[in-house]
Amino acid sequence: MPGSTRHAGPEADPGSGTARLGDDDYYREIGLISGLEVHQQLLTDHKMFCRCPAGHYTTTHDGSVLRHMRPTLSELGSYDGTALMEFKTRKNIVYLLHKDNVCTYEMDDTPPFLVNDKAIDVAIEQCLMLGCDIVDEVHIARKQYLDGSIPTGFQRTAIVGVDGKLPFRGRELSITQVSVEEDSCREVSDRGHLIVWRTDRLGMPLIETVTGPDLRTPDEVAEAILLVGRVCRSTGHVRVGIGASRQDVNVSVRGGRRVEIKGVPQAGWAPLLVHAEAVRQVRLLELRDHLAERGFRQPDDLIIDHEDVTDLFARSALEYLHAQAWDEFVRLDGRRKDLELGLGPFCVRAVRLRGLRDTLSWPTQPGRQFVDELKGRIRVIACLDQQPILLHSEAWPAYEGCDAELGDLVKRLGAGPDDSLIVVWGPEQDTITAAQEVGIRYADALDGIPNETRQPFPDGSTDFERILPGPDRMYPDTDSPPQAITRDRVDGLRQGLPDPPWVREERYAEAGLPRDTIHYLIRRGGSRLVDLVAPREDDGDLRWAGFLFGERLKGLRRSGVSPAGIGDSAWLDLFGFLREHPEAREAWRELVEMMAANPHASPRDIARDMGLGSAPGGWEKTLARLANGESPDHPDGTRGQAHRFLMGRAMRTLRGRVPASEVSGLLWQELKEKR
Amino acid sequence: MTQEKDPLKGYRGLARSRLEQWGVRVWSDVRLVNSAGSVFEGVILPRSETFDDLHVVLKLRNGYNVGVHVDRVSSIEEVGYKEAVYKIPEKEFPVRPNLPRVTLLGTGGTIASRLDYRTGAVIPAFTPGELYGAVPELADICNLTTRKLFGVFSENMSKDQYVALAEAIGQEIADGVDGLVIGHGTDTMGHTAAILSFMVQQSPVPIVMVGSQRSSDRPSSDAALNLIHAVRAAAYGDIAEVQICMFGPTSDRYGLLHRGTRCRKMHSSYRSTFRTVGDIPLATVSRDDFTYIHGEHLPRDRSRKVLIDSAYDDRTTILYYYPGMSPDLVDALVEKGYHGIVIAGTGLGHVNKPLYPALKKAIQSGVHVVMAVQTLWGYAQMYVYDTGRDLLDIGVVPLDNMLPETALMKLSWVLGHTRDHAEVTRMMRRVISHEITPREPHNGYLILQGGLPEVEEFITSHWK
Repeated sequence: MPGSTRHAGPEADPGSGTARLGDDDYYREIGLISGLEVHQQLLTDHKMFCRCPAGHYTTTHDGSVLRHMRPTLSELGSYDGTALMEFKTRKNIVYLLHKDNVCTYEMDDTPPFLVNDKAIDVAIEQCLMLGCDIVDEVHIARKQYLDGSIPTGFQRTAIVGVDGKLPFRGRELSITQVSVEEDSCREVSDRGHLIVWRTDRLGMPLIETVTGPDLRTPDEVAEAILLVGRVCRSTGHVRVGIGASRQDVNVSVRGGRRVEIKGVPQAGWAPLLVHAEAVRQVRLLELRDHLAERGFRQPDDLIIDHEDVTDLFARSALEYLHAQAWDEFVRLDGRRKDLELGLGPFCVRAVRLRGLRDTLSWPTQPGRQFVDELKGRIRVIACLDQQPILLHSEAWPAYEGCDAELGDLVKRLGAGPDDSLIVVWGPEQDTITAAQEVGIRYADALDGIPNETRQPFPDGSTDFERILPGPDRMYPDTDSPPQAITRDRVDGLRQGLPDPPWVREERYAEAGLPRDTIHYLIRRGGSRLVDLVAPREDDGDLRWAGFLFGERLKGLRRSGVSPAGIGDSAWLDLFGFLREHPEAREAWRELVEMMAANPHASPRDIARDMGLGSAPGGWEKTLARLANGESPDHPDGTRGQAHRFLMGRAMRTLRGRVPASEVSGLLWQELKEKR
Repeated sequence: MTQEKDPLKGYRGLARSRLEQWGVRVWSDVRLVNSAGSVFEGVILPRSETFDDLHVVLKLRNGYNVGVHVDRVSSIEEVGYKEAVYKIPEKEFPVRPNLPRVTLLGTGGTIASRLDYRTGAVIPAFTPGELYGAVPELADICNLTTRKLFGVFSENMSKDQYVALAEAIGQEIADGVDGLVIGHGTDTMGHTAAILSFMVQQSPVPIVMVGSQRSSDRPSSDAALNLIHAVRAAAYGDIAEVQICMFGPTSDRYGLLHRGTRCRKMHSSYRSTFRTVGDIPLATVSRDDFTYIHGEHLPRDRSRKVLIDSAYDDRTTILYYYPGMSPDLVDALVEKGYHGIVIAGTGLGHVNKPLYPALKKAIQSGVHVVMAVQTLWGYAQMYVYDTGRDLLDIGVVPLDNMLPETALMKLSWVLGHTRDHAEVTRMMRRVISHEITPREPHNGYLILQGGLPEVEEFITSHWK
């Protein structure tokens, strides 16, 4: 009977257990291919299709809308009951609104306004940085999303550039296309049939950079993410910070299919995720072959049936299988009949998988098995999300009376020794959907790897998010006219562009800046300021400016001073002054603090008021007096200690007015003469 | 050569001559290389004639469209031909003998549709089979028959369509349907609902007008839910009047049934755009119940005899009064042979003094002038101020709280019967379908203002 494999984990690794992270030979052997879709928010004042402010996030709301997404007819395909079932198990979608950052456009109650020209400009700049050819006429398309992340049910998006390339590891990383699009909502919660979205981010312009499938190892993926990020950020016209850039990583192996790991938050996560997905695909292909050997080749070969077994568990030691416990769960979790809850009374449903014994525990990823693939589908599509989501006969839990209960179950379902059983529970309709999903996922397994979008976890594992849509979900946006992009516009934008980061990196490196500082400058936009104040390659200011914007201001920020309000002209003014009075650089901290506190004052005036750049009259005499006076703090100290102590005292008044080297030299002289 | 057969559909001028020169056409699957060396592979799409004549539009393999400037094309090669086929799959609408019979009359709006993914063209779903494909829930509600009367945008509805629609309704009722649904564009749905309220009187069954504010090719469309609500109202509702069925709130919650003479489109794009003015709506309708909130309506009664009276005179207009309006406007209307003028007056029904002689002359020459209020809410009470009393003396007919558009429709209908001043006046003031109500309930005027604490509390705690 199926229960005999209880508690059994994966007994023998089916062949790919040797896979180790970073084993490039392994990746070559399995034919790992990966490409990126990098999303980067653009720095504009307003959103892309309406006049709402961009980048204004809120944590509260002052209104909400309830909507549903209905598959449009062409997506239904055939009109068997499945389409209607999909609609009946649909999500209730709630959008939280705040007057400060959304208008009726985001609510899908007003058609789009003309596209934000500034967003197109920044997108063109990005395309130029990525080496792309700019399209002549931009056509806004609608890309359908039925998960509710966009209230219209589609994202407005348009290709701006094609056919770019970046230097990468001595070869080229191709950029297939760059599109400009509106950002989606942020998910607040997802429980049962209710998903809640916050709309503040919705409609902000971003670009999606799609690379060719050129990456061959997990490390290359991480490196490419960083490279594309540096290129995008080098104009200073994109947003930085949490959520401002996100990437989807596409992975496939030889014989597999493209799977999209969605929303990888940082490059550092990528190697583990790519590795684990590659392993998953290899193991799913092995499962396919294994199933074929056991005679399962077509969906018709599968016999998967199900039955209501609520009564069998009415007195089970597993309390969550009792109707009363379910009611209590519903009550405590605040699940409402018309929002979170599915249709029908509480039901425990058993699914019999005929002849499929041992396939549930087929290993897929480290610590994951095929049954986890089913769990993901059931959670997302059937909306059954009470842990542990399902029970199954290949690892039936141990509890009082477990053997007897499993025995009853086997008898009721008429399960044979080669069968496996799954148990799900919740509202009746949802349990039926779950049973059907089990059948659908097994049918997919016969074919190998379903095209899926998967959500990433820090441990490198992933879970089902949704079926990956194809090109059929794209169609023209009849609300927006095409925008012609003239060559004059492109050329004008090209003139204002900085060097590409690799050129800049070399220039900075030659000036003596360390790589970490360079990357930080490019990533966080400081390089724009460096190039502003030290534009010439041979300028000695470059290294100093690089350290100031790449390192020193970090320390200042940590101590609570914010230099963000200091404008470009003030920085230029400051550097003009410093070129004339290099000794004043030593008082950079005091100067920048004053500038931050007085953003409207001229840095030259500030410096002059602080006396910087001009030595106080008779300072040499003052220094001599200091050196020859008593040094009560260090009466027995060495000459070196005395020098350090007196330098500190002297520089309090002389910093930025007399070069420290000069002060130091004179002080040594005085101290020598003193003895 | 007809538009449909033009192999370069929509292309003009330079782009057209280049396409001819290159020997490619709309639906050619091409490999195009531009002067920068970029390769574009996809299908040439038809171009909107309102766009410029400099670009050729390609649908790329990944579904995106781009326009390529014809001067930047280095080479273009046809590798195939993929014409879009505009066909909507159909499945027979199931017949269930115990369900009510409903007929859907089509006027041209697309209630349900399928999208052509390549061109973005919306293909209307209209036959029962097509509708069943798009909104399968309909089969659980009724046995549906559809009749396409004409295909016009709602702004192009006029006399011929109103008459044909009223007569088609009469035939369907004679044929014994349990209810009628009329698919209609939303822009002038209020006008059509008003005229039908006069042309179709004493209906034994519900006549429900429906449309959508977001087209049905969008996943978030209100079309399907509106259609479900309307078909339910026609099949099971108790209100045997001409009514408009559209979203109550903008959320997917319930529909409102509005009386045909008292309803107006109040927002250019919101889903909840239709509002009853000067009264409360008749009922709410949801997927599984009705709530009759008004309390007064003509109930369904199969034994009642319908009266179809499709008279219509389209020599009528609305004059929306504004300060400083010149009397020669009125003169011009008289000269051009208009038979009736609805004035949407200020306040309680006023216009400026310089207009009086022109209005007097118009009325004396046989033009009928009636007064509604541009405030929409409230009554024309012309006896309150001297200006109003002067207008009454001239012969301007006050229409109390009849909505201006309803007044226009009624005047057109009345003038289709008679142009006798006394008779026109009598008919205009004789209430047929609540177009004038004797009392305005205090909750019939509710325009909540945002920003007030109590209103903010309401909108944060209720679905918008």
